[in-house]
Amino acid sequence: MTERSERGPAHKTLEIGMALLIGVFGLVVILGSLKAGINWGAEGPRAGFFPFYIGAAIVVASAINLWHAQRDDDGRLFAEWGQLRQVMSVVVPTAIYVGSMPFIGLYVASMVFIAWFMRWLGHYRWLTTIAVAVGMPVLTYLVFERWFLVPLPKGPLEEWLGL
Amino acid sequence: MEELANLFHGFAVALQPYNIMLMIIGITLGVIIGVLPGLGGANGVAILLPLTFSMPPTSAIIMLSCIYWGALFGGAITSILFNIPGEPWSVATTFDGYPMAQQGRPGEALTAAFTSSFVGALFAVIMITLVAPLVAGFALRFGPAEKFAVYFLAFCSFVGLSKEPPFKTIAAMMMGFALAAVGLDSITGQLRLTFGITELLNGFDFLIAVIGLFGIGEILLTMEEGLAFRGGNATINLRVVLQTWRELPAYWMTSLRSCLIGCWMGVTPAGATPASFMSYGIAKRLSRRGNNFGKGEIEGVIAPETAAHAAGTAALLPMLSLGVPGSPTAAVLLGGLLIWGLQPGPMLFVEQKEFVWGLIASMYLGNLAGLIVVLTCVPIFAAILRVPFGIIAPLILVLCAIGAYSVHNSTFDVMLMLVFGVLGYLLKKCNYPLAPLVLAIVLGDKAEEAFRQSLLGSQGSLGVFFSNGLVSTIMALGLVALFWSAIQEGYSRLRTSMA
Repeated sequence: MTERSERGPAHKTLEIGMALLIGVFGLVVILGSLKAGINWGAEGPRAGFFPFYIGAAIVVASAINLWHAQRDDDGRLFAEWGQLRQVMSVVVPTAIYVGSMPFIGLYVASMVFIAWFMRWLGHYRWLTTIAVAVGMPVLTYLVFERWFLVPLPKGPLEEWLGL
Repeated sequence: MEELANLFHGFAVALQPYNIMLMIIGITLGVIIGVLPGLGGANGVAILLPLTFSMPPTSAIIMLSCIYWGALFGGAITSILFNIPGEPWSVATTFDGYPMAQQGRPGEALTAAFTSSFVGALFAVIMITLVAPLVAGFALRFGPAEKFAVYFLAFCSFVGLSKEPPFKTIAAMMMGFALAAVGLDSITGQLRLTFGITELLNGFDFLIAVIGLFGIGEILLTMEEGLAFRGGNATINLRVVLQTWRELPAYWMTSLRSCLIGCWMGVTPAGATPASFMSYGIAKRLSRRGNNFGKGEIEGVIAPETAAHAAGTAALLPMLSLGVPGSPTAAVLLGGLLIWGLQPGPMLFVEQKEFVWGLIASMYLGNLAGLIVVLTCVPIFAAILRVPFGIIAPLILVLCAIGAYSVHNSTFDVMLMLVFGVLGYLLKKCNYPLAPLVLAIVLGDKAEEAFRQSLLGSQGSLGVFFSNGLVSTIMALGLVALFWSAIQEGYSRLRTSMA
């Protein structure tokens, strides 16, 4: 039923990977619970008591999901490489945006991010791009900091401007 | 009739000019959130929650719940006009709504959808008004074992009623519980599962998870299809509205049935999405014109919309009376209550009368306001959809980042949001349900506390969960819900082998 003209990772691979990932998470939870103590102490069940069983349930459920994923393979693609490229073209810049926020502040980071997105992914004219990229942070500043008094992270530029 | 007096007092609160203004702002924002891809009800309310920190709690919840009603209305607009369900619960609306729009009857479909939404919500609000005080009064007698049994029932219903594979539901839900357990243990005061990372001392905030899983995850899903996003035109005029209203009473049976399905699915936390599908399926089976479903039948719009709204509204009943939210959005509202210093649950009806009844009154008024706003402003909202995704997407991402930051004023949370976003994208592609994950993060601590307190009382014996009639009944219902799909399968197998 699938056309192999466009290629990409098989759905089955991702499904198995996901089940394994969740299973490992379950093991980490069990490990952490053991550290915290899973038996009864003087004050009743200790801190790891409840999470231990949660971790165990995660591992069991993932094992069953893994078995299901292993068994039925309908030959579906998870996504085409082109589609994944599209997704990554958002994830990577967003990661940079988020990572730079503690250093240059939210406003400057947002301006650069919006401008980059509109110019390189959306192919808008510079005028439109700059209007939105500057307008949005300014509006945000007015609504959040001035109207609702919610402070947002600021960097050197805002300090220099004295905001 | 003390409740009636309370309700009228609630109307007086909700009708203050300041609150009416917030109501209309909320509805408008809600519709915009519902119309835009990537900004769902739960995530939209989560982003706007920090804005309400400085408001009085009653006004805050009026605005936030109105955003929720608005999002419910907004989902229908995109489903009918563009065949793009803005919200998961409006997928069933596309089946007949979009064909109607293509046949040149968009006004009729929209009017039917909005009116049905209003009817469904009204039915559920009336139910809440009548039932909530009773449930709350009843719940005042609950001990820790009974409380845990209610949580147990809520989570089992997810496993039994959701359309995703049961073990995926369990895996997602347990991940939520595990994330909730990270940080300070509320009973012993001991740190756990932090592995020495200081940022994890306070645990994971579910608001960050909501914004990441629903907001960022949704944007990533949309990006698969690239930036191509086409818009369209819509007009709606008074003549069409009145004409459609004349037709609607003929379908009273479908409406009533959908209201009941919606209320049931909303109270047991299955949520609006399965309610809309179930209602559509049953309407198709029972209708005389069932064969025409999918080709532009007005009944096929009425059934899912009524049920989705009834469910969305009814989800607030367990939130208010028991402290157990019936949907992710209700969970976010519950998180709001905690932040404003209100303890959700039965005591709310005793200690915070003004708040509870103000909220219930605002449900009546908010839905009425919503109906008027959407009927008059459809062309404006449809125009928002014509703003290309290349502009909308970065703005939504920035909004999500602002929302995630302002929960705790922490840039670490913003990074966490992105991690949750990628996780949400992968989970969704692999068919893991996100709603139980979020609800488990919200309720994890409380469920654990109730569980451990009950065990403390019983010296570790699990028999405490079957120690009296009340708790045994709730636990038994939970077990039935847990094994519901297995029971159904066994029953149908039994029937075929008998025949």
